[in-house]
Amino acid sequence: MTQAAAVENKKTKKRRFTFKRHYFAFPYFFLSGLFIVIPLIILFVYAFRGADGGFTFSNFASFFTTPHVLRAMGNSLLIGFATTALCLALAYPVALILANSRFNKTMILVLMFVLPMYINSLLRTLAIKSLFDIMGIENNFWRITIAHVYDFFPFMLLPIYTVLVNMDKSYLEASNDLGGNTLKTWARVTLPLSVPGIVSGILMVFMPTVSMFAVRDIVINREEWPMFGNIIDGMFRTESMYGLGSAYAMILLVMVMVTMVVAGRVNAKRQREVQGK
Amino acid sequence: MGVHANSAGEKFDKIIELKNVTKVYDGVTVVDDITLSVKRGDFITLLGPSGCGKTTLLRMIAGFIEPTKGRVFIEKADVTELPPHRRPVNTVFQKYALFPHLNVFNNVAFGLKLKKIEDGVKTDKKGVEKPVFRKYTKTEISEKVESALKLVGLEGYSKRDVNSLSGGQQQRVAIARALVLEPKVLLLDEPLGALDLKMRKEMQIELMAMHKNLGITFVYVTHDQEEALTMSDKIVVINDGAIQQYGTPKIIYDEPANVFVANFIGESNILSGKMIADYRLEVLGAEFECEDKGFSKNEPVDLVIRPEDIQLYAKGSGKGVLAGKVTSGVFKGTHCEMIVATEGYEFTVQNIEGKPVGAEVEIKIPPNGIHIMKKIRTVNEFVTEVSGEDTVEIAGGTFTFNNTQGFEKGDKVRVRVPFDKVFLTDSEDDGVIGGNIVQSYYKGAYYQVQLYTDTDQDFYLDTTDEWDLDDRVGINIPVDGIEVERYMEEEESSTSKSEIQD
Repeated sequence: MTQAAAVENKKTKKRRFTFKRHYFAFPYFFLSGLFIVIPLIILFVYAFRGADGGFTFSNFASFFTTPHVLRAMGNSLLIGFATTALCLALAYPVALILANSRFNKTMILVLMFVLPMYINSLLRTLAIKSLFDIMGIENNFWRITIAHVYDFFPFMLLPIYTVLVNMDKSYLEASNDLGGNTLKTWARVTLPLSVPGIVSGILMVFMPTVSMFAVRDIVINREEWPMFGNIIDGMFRTESMYGLGSAYAMILLVMVMVTMVVAGRVNAKRQREVQGK
Repeated sequence: MGVHANSAGEKFDKIIELKNVTKVYDGVTVVDDITLSVKRGDFITLLGPSGCGKTTLLRMIAGFIEPTKGRVFIEKADVTELPPHRRPVNTVFQKYALFPHLNVFNNVAFGLKLKKIEDGVKTDKKGVEKPVFRKYTKTEISEKVESALKLVGLEGYSKRDVNSLSGGQQQRVAIARALVLEPKVLLLDEPLGALDLKMRKEMQIELMAMHKNLGITFVYVTHDQEEALTMSDKIVVINDGAIQQYGTPKIIYDEPANVFVANFIGESNILSGKMIADYRLEVLGAEFECEDKGFSKNEPVDLVIRPEDIQLYAKGSGKGVLAGKVTSGVFKGTHCEMIVATEGYEFTVQNIEGKPVGAEVEIKIPPNGIHIMKKIRTVNEFVTEVSGEDTVEIAGGTFTFNNTQGFEKGDKVRVRVPFDKVFLTDSEDDGVIGGNIVQSYYKGAYYQVQLYTDTDQDFYLDTTDEWDLDDRVGINIPVDGIEVERYMEEEESSTSKSEIQD
């Protein structure tokens, strides 16, 4: 009888569906396969396909041989550097102030700096374009750069703020105790310890800026300063040169990945030091 | 000339002086009017339970906190407003606070690289001599760092990453980092708290040796009474933001100034009794001989009896004065610890020879084993206002009293509430006001409990129930428990706090 019961038990066990925790990941896997992996494969195929349908490197070669494409890449990098530098210069002092509980008791100040992120970006960009027109800022390099700074500022602010706010205040006290005034303590303790935040801030601003094109399209007042994103955009939308467009997109992708790996290395080392062990 | 000689003599006496130092955080007084002086070269320990204000006091000496009131002096110079980097003291932090981005060498060298030293004098055009400052050279720094590391037993560790060191080694780096600057005073904020017992004992001995060899003043903060008794020249027992007692470890142990000190330092039996005459004490219905006099007749007192001072004799021997029964016994290696129950109290007794559990005994306490303390308070007293027809305000709550003397609303009054008229409730909502239990002493037939209200006032009460520390409770006072009398302004000066002298 017990045996029969055991068999019965086994049967019901087999039939019953048990929900495992990893099932929760399936929807994401499905979506990422559909919208990330498959498009990447298509991109890859197009990038290595010539006009005749055969395998070729010529799409990649054209990047290095077409002057206006190279110039667009130069523009993107230049605007990217300028945007990142400005964001850093503006965000670091703000983060320092916000991380000091004396000035920021309720987090409301942090919210004030982050809130613009929640406003529709098209609206935001159109608004800043109007501002440029009102203020008479004609230079397109600055129009593009400032618009990007405006867009990406919170992405620089938040990681630096997070590092500073979580930093053990006893390090500052120790430096103070050992003879460091406010400035020296900042230079010798706070700054080196906030490197991880700075690096992630730089990544979060530099990478999207370099590949951006829509902001530039909205804020410029005449056809100047084409960015690399605009070239790719043109290849797909107006010129239907999918092979070239895919190759350029892949070049951008590789650049972004290299930057991330390098920054990741720097960060991991510093993070190990800061968090210990 | 006389002044000069005087100051030279005194200069080497008091290295740190705190004068009426008070610190208030958000309306809560953490350090309450502390006056303290530290002798040059002493190893002094600030001892007290957590939250008593000892760390705040240390941080005021270091300069991280500015006192709300009072002055801080180091070597006669008023440093109250001086930032930490300009004070001749260095701190060893509780969690070391070693810089994680620097290796051992650079951690120790941190202060040296910032320091400017006098390097001769220069005579300017007007013929005025001015000191010339320079920084340490690289070789000077590395010599000093190496010798500091040698002092703490970490030679050869200079290239190591601080995160790769054990807790004890990190502690040593922290000490080296502070000592390398040759401070006049080394401040140590519970430096051994994070170490395991064996390591802690080792570091205690090393710290004592360092103190002896270097000859500089150590101010040490701890909540560990054993550590304090072992290491210090002098102990400052702090509770509730105020100094309870300041003295050598021996005095603190043998002659505790009050119930708190007696309870906090070592194990003790604390009882209430009364002085029936000079050298005669009545406690638990029995008479004892003691060494104290000068109390008024039948004055209630607190007394402390250390477990090792109690002698046990067999029942019927006639040598003891109090009958009791051994209810439990534990062998502790060097001695036997027993609980002896008597009518109204359970004594903790430590004797070399144990008595079997269940044995009927007689208790004898030699006169020098009884330490008598004046009761600090015998009644709860508040100065407040009449808030209604027959109500007074106490600690933010409204209590009803018998208004037989015709007090009117707004009258300033003195309210007295006896210890046995304060009642506690488990739920805060059942009481008129809420409070937290901060201390509880076993007094035999009852417990004496101290609690804090949210308005930072304290209540003492006697209760037969045992309450847990930090419990949140409600407080009730019956109508007949409140005694009200008119408050006279001039009374204040006569009831000023007694000061604690060195």
